[in-house]
Amino acid sequence: MAYSEKVIDHYSNPRNIGTLDKSKNNVGTGLVGAPECGDVMRLQIEVDEVSGTITDAKFKTFGCGSAIASSSLATEWLKGKSIDDALKIDNMDIVEELALPPVKIHCSVLAEDAIKAAINDYRAKNNLAPIEVHSL
Amino acid sequence: MLKLPIYLDNNATTPVDPRVLQAMLPYFTDIFGNAASRNHPFGWKAEEGVDYAREQVANLIGASEKEIIFTSGATESNNLAIKGVYEMYAEKGNHIITLTTEHKAVLDTCKHLEKLGAEVTYLEVQSDGLLNLADLEAAIKPNTILVSVMFANNEIGVIQPIKEIAAIAHKHGALFHTDATQAVGKVNTDVNEYGIDLLSLTAHKMYGPKGIGALYVRRKNPRVKVTAQIDGGGHERGMRSGTLNVPGIVGFGKACELARLEMGQDAARLSIMRDRLENSLLELEESYLNGNKDHRLPHCTNISFKYVEGEGLMMGVKDIAVSSGSACTSASLEPSYVLKSLGLDDDLAHSSLRFGLSRFTTDEEIDFAINQTKEAVMKLREMSPLWEMFKEGIDLKAIAWAEH
Ligand SMILES: Cc1ncc(COP(=O)(O)O)c(C=O)c1O
Ligand code: FES
Repeated sequence: MAYSEKVIDHYSNPRNIGTLDKSKNNVGTGLVGAPECGDVMRLQIEVDEVSGTITDAKFKTFGCGSAIASSSLATEWLKGKSIDDALKIDNMDIVEELALPPVKIHCSVLAEDAIKAAINDYRAKNNLAPIEVHSL
Repeated sequence: MLKLPIYLDNNATTPVDPRVLQAMLPYFTDIFGNAASRNHPFGWKAEEGVDYAREQVANLIGASEKEIIFTSGATESNNLAIKGVYEMYAEKGNHIITLTTEHKAVLDTCKHLEKLGAEVTYLEVQSDGLLNLADLEAAIKPNTILVSVMFANNEIGVIQPIKEIAAIAHKHGALFHTDATQAVGKVNTDVNEYGIDLLSLTAHKMYGPKGIGALYVRRKNPRVKVTAQIDGGGHERGMRSGTLNVPGIVGFGKACELARLEMGQDAARLSIMRDRLENSLLELEESYLNGNKDHRLPHCTNISFKYVEGEGLMMGVKDIAVSSGSACTSASLEPSYVLKSLGLDDDLAHSSLRFGLSRFTTDEEIDFAINQTKEAVMKLREMSPLWEMFKEGIDLKAIAWAEH
């Protein structure tokens, strides 16, 4: 499989690998995928509770290069965004940015799911109703 | 200077040995005749080349030259052996026994025959990849005509107890076929020593060219016959028609001769290199050797790295050409069926690498492979949420994963 330069770049120099303190009230954690399917993505956001903007984002991914790149890119995009804008990130934006081939679209779906799961975790901690997640 | 990428996928195919190529070259130009042309020297010379090669092939496996049928490769040989016996011995029975870890060329041939009325038993192997002989004994029935068990597995290199398997088959009046594609030229595969009735082999796994192989068919004690699967001009004593691939056959013969002379020293050298590679990689935490350690080919190893995903790993070892799962099935994201039949969980099956060394592999290349693999595994674990959970002592099996 030939990977795009952007995928290779994210794979070789992943942005924002790491772990945020999931016990904190303003940290949302999304863990999606399953080891049997060959991909598990954990994406975390830290939210400024006053402004509602995402101040930090971290990921760890067990998966193929496209999955690693999708989650790395997602954390880059999330930082500085409001929750509302973060919800607008569509998996096809990731596909386009990383030039993912059709067989790798599900890697980007996983990243979108991880974003939504992280946001929902944050919302649940703050007694807000969950937003609908399309493909979990 | 090390030339990258490094080729360590010699179970998929090997380069042609320059000495093999030299032997072949005249047969493309000067000696281009059709080996079946009986009326002129062009044909006679080509036939001489074929006759000599047939002896070279026969000598490697302890056969006589009349017992060698040239084919296009091991896939065809397996088809001819299994379908040919099924048709030829239809009156005796319709039951075939094989393994779940066989190459697709055997499995899919058996599946095809099932549609035509064959009864096939696919025996499971033990967790080390070896067949339990008691299972074979128990599976044999009065209508069993053929036991087909591979000599050495293409993914894990495990060598089956061939002599014992052949003896059990014979005790019950069944024939014994072995797909010895991975073993011939690497270890002793003497057909008489092992009691083999039919044996499939191919040139391109032993430094010969692609597209040429052979089926050994025993002529004495017992005299074995197969029904031809390709009809036509009656070449190869009617068992496989088609104008002979003379340059390929000559190269195959040369490769067999070289293997006979050099197999011992190659195996001794390669097993030392293989062990060094293997031991270094097994120093990594949570890495596991797949398959039996004592009964296997000298030049390959298969290792799983837990908490690392296979495709990501392949990307990390970009300068070494290795395979995760069999080369024939790696186009799909399905984990290797061979590793799964050893009882490996999907995650371990997904994260395996197969390294296959060759006559041309150097120590320097092995050093490089060790370093790049270790770096990739460590880097990916650094990125892996599963590794983090494992390190925190979380039981991954206890988590309710959202499967998709
Ligand atoms: C065990 C085994 N059998 C059969 C084959 C098929 O051989 P060929 O490529 O000569 O058809 C292979 C090669 O992939 C193999 O490893
Ligand atoms: S995560 Fe499954 S192929 Fe990329």
